[in-house]
Amino acid sequence: MKAAAAATVSVAGGWAAGQDRPALPALEQKGTGGGWIDVNVTLGRWPFRRLPLDQPAALAAKLRQVGVAQAWTGAFDGIFHKDIAGANARLAEECRRHGLGLLEPFGSVNPKLPEWEADLTRCAEEHRMAGIRLHPSYHGYRLDDSALGRLLDLAGERRMIVQIVADMEDERTQHPLGRAPHADFKPFPKLLEGRPDACVVLLNWFRSVPLALAKQIARAGACLDIATVENVGGVASLAREVSTERVLFGSHAPLFYFESAVLKLKESALSAAAEAAIRGGNARRLAPLAGARAPV
Amino acid sequence: MEPRIWDAHCHLSGVPGETPGKRAVQLLEYAGRLGIERICVSMGMSWIYDPSPEQLRAQNDDVLQAVQELPERVFGFVYLNPRHTEASLAEIERCLRDGPMVGVKLWVARRCNAPELDPLVRRAAELGAVILQHTYLKATGNLPGESTPIELAELARRHPRARFIAAHSGGDWEVGFRALRDCGNVCVDLCGFDPAAGVTEMAVRELGAERVIYGSDAGGRSFASQLAKVAGADIPESAKRLILGQNLRCLLGPVLESKGVKA
Repeated sequence: MKAAAAATVSVAGGWAAGQDRPALPALEQKGTGGGWIDVNVTLGRWPFRRLPLDQPAALAAKLRQVGVAQAWTGAFDGIFHKDIAGANARLAEECRRHGLGLLEPFGSVNPKLPEWEADLTRCAEEHRMAGIRLHPSYHGYRLDDSALGRLLDLAGERRMIVQIVADMEDERTQHPLGRAPHADFKPFPKLLEGRPDACVVLLNWFRSVPLALAKQIARAGACLDIATVENVGGVASLAREVSTERVLFGSHAPLFYFESAVLKLKESALSAAAEAAIRGGNARRLAPLAGARAPV
Repeated sequence: MEPRIWDAHCHLSGVPGETPGKRAVQLLEYAGRLGIERICVSMGMSWIYDPSPEQLRAQNDDVLQAVQELPERVFGFVYLNPRHTEASLAEIERCLRDGPMVGVKLWVARRCNAPELDPLVRRAAELGAVILQHTYLKATGNLPGESTPIELAELARRHPRARFIAAHSGGDWEVGFRALRDCGNVCVDLCGFDPAAGVTEMAVRELGAERVIYGSDAGGRSFASQLAKVAGADIPESAKRLILGQNLRCLLGPVLESKGVKA
């Protein structure tokens, strides 16, 4: 990882006089904790809109340019396709081709499909993935579904991270043919308790999960990303409420502008230690082998 | 040289602090970390969809307190309710003509294509004040008095000499930009929805950078997520400068000049 040596985040993107196009913001390095880990990146085409970075090479180039060392990467196809095994194989291949050492593939698993266990096995054994990604709101199951419990057990046995995506976009502005209601996370703390081997990360949860429930989920052992966290100083507030070690840097790129997550850290004026933990240290602790597990 | 950033759309709700002044100070502490120089604040310490004349006055008193706390950095927009025409006109005179406020805010009491808005828009236009009109097009259903960008287009066509900002770009911004494209007296602000990649590029493509304005909708939103829509957009630096402050300074120019405020 070469790009992160640098500079402070600039709202204006580090503009210099006479420059027609602003430079992309370089991620601030405060000297601790190593490179940034973005736990919330997705490859592919979003069905309802072209995104500026929906080509894998472009997304990888952007992440490298701003100094991300590792990006946990799912696939839009994993949400919408029934042939999830095919989507996962393409994801693994595209991560290898465009982002070796950067894009860490997280395959999708839908525990309501027949033989979903085979998808989990392929993610672990064939693609050597560090984790998987779930979409209960799109795949239509509850957070107390027994299949989800079994999935958490199997993933825990394999020491895989399980990312659960609460939302992909604001329910108020979804395409009429692509509406996905909020999943109800109330039963989830109970499902998670008693599963100490489960390693769960909630993504894009802020609109679906009230803070009190998020605290319960964090107490039960899950981590939460910051991609959809709002309110002024929202990341600092979240870190206070659920503890810093449970908070992970996630951008939700390419659906969101990557800069949103970076600027949230700046707005929150965290201590150097807290910022280092959120921007990579906490994720690194969850997945010490990520990157090393990818097949050569 | 860093651009001068003015935020067109902030509120006192969702911010820590027991008084409007303390909330303004808190807002500016967060804003300052991101280089935001000035903020425009509207509505009071709590949300009221359909305020009575007394509530309207109290809401505007909150904003006046916030402005008085930091007059060099906080601008106020006077909150009106088209269901109370006389009270709203009186608030324009009190807060805008005779007071320090610099614009008008309309929210969700009445759909904005209703005729009750006409006297309020006419008076704002006479004073050279811009009107910040909430617009949202929700797949989940709008509030009864919640305006769509299509309805704002109707209002804007009735009042070609008035100047409007379509707050939130209509929420469903891909539709909002289309609805407002031919209304040259309407700008859009980029606040109050997710930092969806591509929004600013489309706004500039469809409306021109001169009609796009940065706003945050803080404290309910973070300054950061909304500022990222400009910082992360693949548009020229000159367009970013317009969006981050130049356009708003131009819109507020007549009122600021009449009050002797240097932009």
